Amino acid sequence: MGMTMTQKILAAAAGLEQVQAGQLIEAELDLVLGNDITSPVAIKEMDKFQVKGVFDKDKIALVPDHFVPNKDIKSAEHCKCVREFARKNEITNYFEVGEMGIEHALLPEKGLTVAGDVIIGADSHTCTYGALGAFSTGVGSTDMAAGMATGKAWFKVPAAIKFILTGKPAKWVSGKDVILHIIGMIGVDGALYKSMEFVGDGIANLSMDDRFTIANMAIEAGGKNGIFPVDGLAESYMKEHSAKPYRIYEADADAVYDAEYTIDLSALRPTVAFPHLPENTHTIDEIRGMEKIAIDQVVIGSCTNGRLDDLRTAAEVLKGRHVAKGMRCIVIPATQAIYMQAMEEGLLKTFIEAGAIVSTPTCGPCLGGYMGILAEGERCVSTTNRNFVGRMGHVTSEIYLASPAVAAASAVTGVISDPDDL
Amino acid sequence: MNAKGTVFKYGDNVDTDVIIPARYLNSSDPAELAVHCMEDIDADFIHKVKKGDIIVAEKNFGCGSSREHAPIAIKAAGVSCVIAETFARIFYRNAINIGLPIIECPQAAQGIEAGDEVEVDFDSGVITNVTKGTTFQGQAFPEFMQKIIASEGLINYINSK
Repeated sequence: MGMTMTQKILAAAAGLEQVQAGQLIEAELDLVLGNDITSPVAIKEMDKFQVKGVFDKDKIALVPDHFVPNKDIKSAEHCKCVREFARKNEITNYFEVGEMGIEHALLPEKGLTVAGDVIIGADSHTCTYGALGAFSTGVGSTDMAAGMATGKAWFKVPAAIKFILTGKPAKWVSGKDVILHIIGMIGVDGALYKSMEFVGDGIANLSMDDRFTIANMAIEAGGKNGIFPVDGLAESYMKEHSAKPYRIYEADADAVYDAEYTIDLSALRPTVAFPHLPENTHTIDEIRGMEKIAIDQVVIGSCTNGRLDDLRTAAEVLKGRHVAKGMRCIVIPATQAIYMQAMEEGLLKTFIEAGAIVSTPTCGPCLGGYMGILAEGERCVSTTNRNFVGRMGHVTSEIYLASPAVAAASAVTGVISDPDDL
Repeated sequence: MNAKGTVFKYGDNVDTDVIIPARYLNSSDPAELAVHCMEDIDADFIHKVKKGDIIVAEKNFGCGSSREHAPIAIKAAGVSCVIAETFARIFYRNAINIGLPIIECPQAAQGIEAGDEVEVDFDSGVITNVTKGTTFQGQAFPEFMQKIIASEGLINYINSK
C-alpha cells in the first residue's frame, strides 16, 4: 500500500520500510522546541528523569516569546527557569530578547527546520514547518521533556486528507484566506488526528509566507500536521536560510487518503472567521451585506501572520491612510530580522504615520497575554489564529480572524472592510 | 482502576483557553491553575467540583493550544475522568502523559446529563450511568496507556521501564 508524504517521513524516522495509518511507532527527533510557557513545565518533568541531561544540545530550541519581554514577575521567573536550564545544558539554540522572535517564524528563518525533519514542539502551532516539507507537530510539556531527554517520541501514524490547490489567488487573497476557507469547509475538528496534505499546481502561486500561514493553522482544523511538497521555492528558501541537509519525500501515487478536496484559489475571496470558532467563516462579500461590525482594535502579527509578506501587504493598505479615530492598531513583526527588514523598506514608517503602533516581537495579545488585551464587550480584527471565548481578554470580548489586508482595511474604516472598498 | 463521581456536562469544542485561560499561564503550579479551571465557560465549576467528579463533553474536547496546564488544572481540581465524544489530539496525549484518565465514547456523551452519578471501569472501558441505570462501552485504554496512567505520567513510566 502506498504512503503519504507524512507517512514516508515517519517511516524513515522510525527506521521502517513501511507504515500505515493507525500504527504506533517510535521516531527519532530532529528538533525539540519549547517556549516560555511550556518549557518550565517540561524542565520540572526533566528533573524526575533518571537519565540526566539532554539527548543533543544542538537539537533543542528554546524560544521565550509568549510573555516576553517579561510581562510580570511570574513570567520573569518562568523565563529565568528556561534561561538557566539552557545555560546549564549548553543549549545551542536558546534565543534571548534581542535575538528572539515568535518561535514559528524564527526557527525556519534560523535554518533549524528543513524538509524531511521530524519535529515536536510544546506549542500547538509547531505544525508550521510543514510548509518546508517537514513533519512537525505540537505536543505538551511532558512529551517535550521526554523528547529532550531521549531524542525520541511515540506517534500514531496519521491518516490523511488531500487538498488539491489549483489556480492563482486574486490580489487581496492570501494564505490566511485559503486556510480560513478550508477550516470553514471542514470544521475545527474536520482533520482531527489526520495529516493535511496540500498538493496541486496552485501551490506555485503561493509564497513561502503564505504556505507557512496555511500549515500553521492546520491545528485549527484539528490536524496533526499540515504539509507541502518541496518545490523550487521551498528549496531556495532552505538554501538561503540553512546549512542543514534536507531530505525530500514525495507521496506514493497509490497513497491512501480519507478524503480529497479540490480548491480553486482563483475563486477564493477574503475570508473572516467570526467569534468564537475559526470555522465560523464568512467571505468579505457576505459581510458587506450584513449590518456593519464596528471594531475597537486591530492586531497584525503572530506566528500566523507576522512575516514580511504580511507586513508589506498591511503597509500597502495603510500607505497614505490613517486608522479610524479611536482605533488601536497594533503591528508586531514576528522576528528581529523581519523587524529590521520592515524598517529598511519603510514599512514601520508607514505604520506609524498611519497611527498604528509597532511592537517588539512577542506572541503577546494573540493569547491574551499582554500588549493589547480587550475590555468587556470590545471587538478586535486580528491576523492571529484563534477566536475562542476570552482568548484576547475579557470573556465577553470578540475576535474576528482575518488576513493582514482585511485587518489593515478594517483599521482604516473602523468596521470590517474589504481593502478594495477603501 | 475505576472512577466514580458526579457529572459536569459541556458541549462541543471546549477549548484549552476556556479550560485554563492564558492570563493564568504565568504560573505552572497545579493548585494555582486548578482555582481557575473552566473559569471562562463555567465560573461555578471550581466552587462545585468535588474530588472524583467527572467531566462529560461532546466533540473535540481540549481543542486549541498545547498547554499541558489544561489537563493539569482539571486533574488538580479533583476530576477523576473526562469522557467525550472525541478529544483534540494534543489534549489527548497530554492527559495520558500526566495521568488524567480520558475516554472516548459518543453514546455516553449523549446519554449522560449534568448531575448524573457515573462510574467508569478503565480496564473494560465500561461506563455506567448509575442515576439512569444505563451502561455504555467506551474505548478501553491500550495496555501501555494504562501503564502510563498507573505510573502517574509518562516520565515515571519511562523511568520504570
